Amino acid sequence: MASVLSTVAPQFDDAEQQRAAATLGMWIFLATEILFFGVLFAAYTLTRVRHPEAFAAGSRLTHVTLASLNTGVLLTSSLTMALAGHAARTGARRALVAWLGLTVALGAGFLAIKGIEYRLDFTEHLVPALNFAYAGPRADQVELFFFVYFLVTGVHALHVFIGVAAIAAIAVMASRRAFTPAYFTPVEVTGLYWHLVDIVWLFVYPLLYLVSRA
Amino acid sequence: MKTSYLTAGFGLWSWLATRDHKRIAILYTISITLLFFIGGAAVALIRLDLLTPHSELVSIETYNKLFSMHGVIMVWFFLIPSIPATLGNFLVPMMIGARDLAFPRLNLLSWYLYLLGALFAIGALLAGGVDTGWTFYTPFSTMFSNTHVFAVVAGVFVAGFSSILTGLNFIVTIHEMRAPGLTWFRLPLFVWSMYATSLILVLATPVLAMTLFLIAVERLFGIGVFDPALGGGPLLFQHLFWFYSHPAVYIMIVPAMGVASEIIGCFARNGIFGYRFMAYAMLAIAGFGFLVWGHHMFVSGQSAYAGTVFSLLTFLVSVPSAVKVFNWAATLYKGRISFDAPMLYALGFIGLFTVGGLTGLFLASLGLDVHLHDTYFVVAHFHYIMVGGAVMAFFGGIHFWWPKVTGRLYPDAWARFAALLSFFGFNLTFFPQFIVGYLGMPRRYPEYPPEFQVWNVLSSAGASVLAVGYALPLFYLFWSLRYGPPAPDNPWRAKGLEWQTPSPPPPENFLATPVVAAEPYAYADEDSRSG
Amino acid sequence: MEHLPFFPERASSIAAEVDDLYFSWLGLSGLVLAAVAVVIVVFAVKYRAGSQADRGIPDRAAHERATHWIEIAWMAIPLAIFLAMYVWAAAVYLKHATVPADALPIYVVGKQWMWHVRHPGGRREIDELHVPVGRPVELVMTSQDVIHSFSLPAFRVKQDVLPGRYTTLWFEATRAGEYRLFCTQYCGTAHSRMIGRVVAMEPAAFARWLSGGNQAGTMAARGAARFRQLGCGGCHGPNAAVHAPRLEGLFGKPVPLRGGGTVIADEGYIRDAILLPGKDVRAGYEPTMPTFRGQIGEEDLLDIVEYLKSIGSNAPEEMR
Repeated sequence: MASVLSTVAPQFDDAEQQRAAATLGMWIFLATEILFFGVLFAAYTLTRVRHPEAFAAGSRLTHVTLASLNTGVLLTSSLTMALAGHAARTGARRALVAWLGLTVALGAGFLAIKGIEYRLDFTEHLVPALNFAYAGPRADQVELFFFVYFLVTGVHALHVFIGVAAIAAIAVMASRRAFTPAYFTPVEVTGLYWHLVDIVWLFVYPLLYLVSRA
Repeated sequence: MKTSYLTAGFGLWSWLATRDHKRIAILYTISITLLFFIGGAAVALIRLDLLTPHSELVSIETYNKLFSMHGVIMVWFFLIPSIPATLGNFLVPMMIGARDLAFPRLNLLSWYLYLLGALFAIGALLAGGVDTGWTFYTPFSTMFSNTHVFAVVAGVFVAGFSSILTGLNFIVTIHEMRAPGLTWFRLPLFVWSMYATSLILVLATPVLAMTLFLIAVERLFGIGVFDPALGGGPLLFQHLFWFYSHPAVYIMIVPAMGVASEIIGCFARNGIFGYRFMAYAMLAIAGFGFLVWGHHMFVSGQSAYAGTVFSLLTFLVSVPSAVKVFNWAATLYKGRISFDAPMLYALGFIGLFTVGGLTGLFLASLGLDVHLHDTYFVVAHFHYIMVGGAVMAFFGGIHFWWPKVTGRLYPDAWARFAALLSFFGFNLTFFPQFIVGYLGMPRRYPEYPPEFQVWNVLSSAGASVLAVGYALPLFYLFWSLRYGPPAPDNPWRAKGLEWQTPSPPPPENFLATPVVAAEPYAYADEDSRSG
Repeated sequence: MEHLPFFPERASSIAAEVDDLYFSWLGLSGLVLAAVAVVIVVFAVKYRAGSQADRGIPDRAAHERATHWIEIAWMAIPLAIFLAMYVWAAAVYLKHATVPADALPIYVVGKQWMWHVRHPGGRREIDELHVPVGRPVELVMTSQDVIHSFSLPAFRVKQDVLPGRYTTLWFEATRAGEYRLFCTQYCGTAHSRMIGRVVAMEPAAFARWLSGGNQAGTMAARGAARFRQLGCGGCHGPNAAVHAPRLEGLFGKPVPLRGGGTVIADEGYIRDAILLPGKDVRAGYEPTMPTFRGQIGEEDLLDIVEYLKSIGSNAPEEMR
């Protein structure tokens, strides 16, 4: 019992209040994240409505195979994160560390594949303001598509990176026995964040990669 | 003597590393006061320059930088954090009987983010300033301005995270940490106002942050979604900007409504008339506030039909504001009214807010707004709300809770004088601007046709009075810190939980967790019993 | 009181309507403000601490009920007034947003920090705008750089001028005279110097003025020359080998689009068709037109618009 009490911060009455506060705080934070991405999606929508053909042309140049692979990687990582949450609830420490480690690996894998994709984009002269070159019609608007593409995927990748770092930190804490079935709020709220990052990708993927492939 | 939060630790580090919401409130107060006077110095030069039709005091470049810095600093580094980060930080936990905010470390981080943002802005100012206005309209801000747009945008971006985290902290605290017995409809209206404000902070600020990020990227790489040359849309920027910046006005005025309610209830010795309506009204304002941004764009080139919808919604949002004014007036009915300095500030707030609100209706009227848009009429209108309203209430709040925060009393006669001076100075400054605005004088003009001069001279004269009114409290409040008589725990015989603990409060706020068993503002009951 | 002006001159057909709105709001808000002030002052005096006023509330329940109805009343009454004013003000606005068919077109290009004005007949002016009295005038405006705003306080009209598109503004001057022109959208360093004057003239004087000054040919003639020079006729002309729409009789007509829907071929459509040809492709045609972005200035574009307008009426029927 002593270990439980020590994890309650002085401003809280009990562990239950602290858990509720942390969870609500994370939900509110996720709401701000949705609005963050909302701006990008608004910019995307407006630009696409104005230039539908250029967006279709741009989308055909993206690397849909890598992106599809990444979708699978990220969805799997959400599953392993959920399993980590289950392990934390049941107090299975080794399983918890293992699932968290696997999630980190998958998140890092996503970033690695994303990096390969960016490299291909670069060699194919698809990076706006840097080396963009496009021979077809409406080159300006195709460049605008790639601007939006890098913006959205870049901001999303930053979130993945933050998530990977946070989950790695949680994994280290878990291996040092920081969590018990009575106290595993950090695992829970990090999981919420990770699922949001996953959900955002489920919008990014069809909007950017599948415009003309539907 | 018991340990108070002020004596719980000494030395700079005990302040810079504090997690006590009361100390963080003090840190904020010091920093925003500093920024307020920087922003004020900029406008002092502006009003001096506008004494004559030709810009004789400063060059037009300098003038443009002055009004830009005035706007940037006053809006983002003073008004937005003003009441929430200072009084809100101090009072929210105390009013709900909590020991601190839910996330004290996050609270401290918020202050550091604010400070970092302010340093960016001040750094940009020292390095030569920015000339985009506080509105950063594209494509001027992205492709044409040669000033320090990036640094200022970065500063506002960082400070935005301070807002988001403060709002998040307040919402969680109000949801989860209320004292036993303190149900939602027993909350003081100030807490309701902080709740409504926090919703806006949390839901609107991310939009601003990402929009500013898009500006920064576009400036950096020379390509972006706002660039008309590539087929992007500069109006998209305005939509996104006002989606934040209209609710931002409510970030400034809703807390002021909360402060005014506390003061008026206390000094009228009466329950707030229509308490539930007052709480709902603030939530309604916060909610509707998200749907009216397009009224900043009636002549921007958005479609006429969008204009008619935004105008209608704007009229709807003014109903709850009207309700609030009527309810404050009705609170005086059958009260026992005394006129200490906080009350004078609060009454001044009602008057100025009413003028600001009514002139907002002029601007919401489509056909009329076409003529008034971007003239001094708009300038006068939003200063009546954001300065007349919000700053009057902020000063009222500072005077009201000063004894609680510092444990000292200030000379009330001086404070009343300052309140009256601010009220008259304010009206003299801004009322002429309505007239010169209807005459057609555009905003952001260092030079203007000679027929506008009379009104500008009156306005500048008023500004000098207003400046004295705003600077005076600095002197007597500082004086009171050292020489003021010690304040009793409850000098105003007020009802909130924050008054049921020593002045200044102990570090953990309450010696024992309070239990609430009554409605708020139970002034009338007690006074009818006692006499 | 000539040196202490309270209200601007009225020189357009819409000015009186805007002023009516203004005075109505002044009256209404003066009334509300006075009422609030009187109530506060009366209560403040009557119920000041220490006064002997009666503060008893005999019937709590009745008081509560009354409170409820008072709240509803002062929500409903302002709402009713607001809605009435809303409808009125919106009507004025919509009237203002609909350009009369017989309006005289004049073209305005804003740039940091001056206004270029062009009359279809060829006369040009800078920071000045000559208009006839008693006839609606339509300004078709665009910007070469940042957003500006064309504001004529004496006419009570104003419209932002945007880069990358056309906005329009119309008014009918009612009194001959000179009035102020301001840029009201902050546009950089010399924003306050982007000012000028509007000269409203009697029709005969205006006609004389139009034919005076240095003439450089009508806008339509210049547009036709530019049209030839850019080789537009190679595809859009009568003998074109390429399948491209003919442009005679196009202006002002609905255009069916490739992706479905129709748009009206107005100034903005022509502009986008030249600069962003992929945006709204006509049904039955391939998006083969190259962009002319960077090869054609704002003033040349306006000339071509005026040229297409000039060939708008003599359209053979099968071209539509």
